[in-house]
Amino acid sequence: MSELVVRVAGIGIYAPGLTGWPVAAEALRGGAVPESTEPPRPAPPLLPAAERRRAPDTVLYAAQAAAEACAMAQADPAALPCIFSSTQGDIVITDYMCSTLATAPRELSPTKFHNSVHNAAVGYWSIATGCRAPSTAVSAWIHSFGSGLFEAAVQAIDDAGPVLLVVYDAAAAGALRSTIPFDCGFALALVLAPDAPDVAGTRVRLSAANTPGAASEPTLDWARTLRARNACADSLALLQALAVGEPATLRIDAGPSFALLAQVTP
Amino acid sequence: MPRLPSPIPPLAVTAHTATSAAGRGAAAFTRSLRERRSGLRPNDFSSAPLPCWIGRVDGLEHEPVPDAFAAIDCRNNRLAWKGLTADGFLDTARAAVQRYGAGRVAIVLGTSTASIGATEEAYRQLGDDGGFAPRYRNFLLHSPHSLVAFVQGVLGTTGPACTVATACSSSAKVFAQAERLIRHGWADAAVVGGVDTLCDSVLFGFNALQLVSDEPCRPFDVARRGISIGEAAGFALLERADADRTAPQLLGWGESSDAHHMSSPHPQGLGARLAIAAALQRAGLEAAAVDYVNLHGTATPANDAVEAVVVSDLFPAVTRASSTKGWTGHTLGAAGIVEAVACLIALEQGFMPGTLNCSEPDPLCGPQLAQDNVDRAPQIALSSSFGFGGNNAVLVFGRGGRA
Repeated sequence: MSELVVRVAGIGIYAPGLTGWPVAAEALRGGAVPESTEPPRPAPPLLPAAERRRAPDTVLYAAQAAAEACAMAQADPAALPCIFSSTQGDIVITDYMCSTLATAPRELSPTKFHNSVHNAAVGYWSIATGCRAPSTAVSAWIHSFGSGLFEAAVQAIDDAGPVLLVVYDAAAAGALRSTIPFDCGFALALVLAPDAPDVAGTRVRLSAANTPGAASEPTLDWARTLRARNACADSLALLQALAVGEPATLRIDAGPSFALLAQVTP
Repeated sequence: MPRLPSPIPPLAVTAHTATSAAGRGAAAFTRSLRERRSGLRPNDFSSAPLPCWIGRVDGLEHEPVPDAFAAIDCRNNRLAWKGLTADGFLDTARAAVQRYGAGRVAIVLGTSTASIGATEEAYRQLGDDGGFAPRYRNFLLHSPHSLVAFVQGVLGTTGPACTVATACSSSAKVFAQAERLIRHGWADAAVVGGVDTLCDSVLFGFNALQLVSDEPCRPFDVARRGISIGEAAGFALLERADADRTAPQLLGWGESSDAHHMSSPHPQGLGARLAIAAALQRAGLEAAAVDYVNLHGTATPANDAVEAVVVSDLFPAVTRASSTKGWTGHTLGAAGIVEAVACLIALEQGFMPGTLNCSEPDPLCGPQLAQDNVDRAPQIALSSSFGFGGNNAVLVFGRGGRA
């Protein structure tokens, strides 16, 4: 059976109460319970000032987490293939598009339209960082964390070099609130490198889970609550294992009937 | 600068199909290509009038998906169903699932807007509470993953299943993702492809960007005025080469980013050149080996100007290059698979389609640009797909049974 063995060389996060990896790691090790309210709009260091002002929230969340992960990995963002994964892309823009189309379709903003593509965040990121490496934007509905992690690990092994994974979703907006249960933003980024003796970072060995079972949950109440508020918080069980720094084996859903076993060895 | 990749073993494309305004299934598409019959018509789709031409697939309004999938019934999944059941593709794919096992057939499909048409409908019929009417209160129905969820449900697979949504390169990139899964041992076969359907979002969105032509699109014509938007579904089944040595083959793929602009191509086509180089490198071929290039050729002033120069710089004068968007319209997230199928048709049927509606080629075009169809059998065909965000994908296919 196939295995993907990678090192987590960098971690970035931007979510309620988790405004950076040092803060999140402390909370995930059992420190003070983090705030549950939305943090302020981030100002990601790698985006030009004009983009920081006008970019959609999902772009800012994704770029904030991505910049932190790249800095921790001491990786040049221009050289990293990018795998961006999201359930819905930017729901605020979807709400704007659909409400404008229902009332005044000819008044649709051209900028909002090109920002409505699912790959807007990775597009802005690659432009801001000058990255000409392959970039992709994927989705697997509420399994977008596991599915994105899987695709990123495959690409790291295939390319024999580090890649950038960013998983992000926004809170539901407008009429979509009646149907999409997300009520906060959440972005997570990992720089994944193929395992090698000279590569720093926690080793994660991914294989297919061949028996049915439930996905691993984080052990902290606040983290389980957050997991119900945004599908990207599916990542918290893995993040807790990375923060605690003890060996662990986790089950991560990457689809309705496809799950990964992640063996974490610090 | 991205590293140059190593050659990859070819994969057999053991089945393929495309349904668009140019016909349902590969045989109908082939006839349209041979007879140079465009599928474009004056816009009769948008919820408010918009003077443009579209590539619309007839009948979807009266052809719901099977009952088991009623909760995610929408125009996009209806077109997916119509496309899956053309050319016997569904039976062939189900036989592969039977043969390899439900966990060993990956599904990787591209889409740009997926089921957003259903979300638009929901917004036109909001309930008294300002939320969706009960019929639309289904989270998955409003997700980009609705297409893959539908196809996975139909095929009953339990392996990797992923949506690629990189705008107009989506259903080209699926070949790359699926090839990696097979080569690294995560699947024995993959159903790849993509579906995008007409909706207000793209008609009024591209109109707002002033990229829509008021006449049928004229790729590479000096007087081109923009795109005609179309809808399409296409699928291909990828297996290891020894599954069928007579089938056409996926020889290589290349991906890159422009790092330039959200909605305009890099002026020198730098990203396009990187993707072409990577695809040829993986195929173990020189540009001189390419007989036919199916261009992105959207008929926007910017895209075709950049692409004309890239092709004339990179390929020999004998290579034939054309855009088939005059037949289908720009099918956005489905363009990659539709044009991959156009390449497979060229390889199997032994002719190269020309370009519709191009009466006076842009002087930037080299001798490669084919206006008329060419009655010569290509051995190697290359397809380019470029999307918003500067997202580029290039595929290389070879004729089956080559030495």
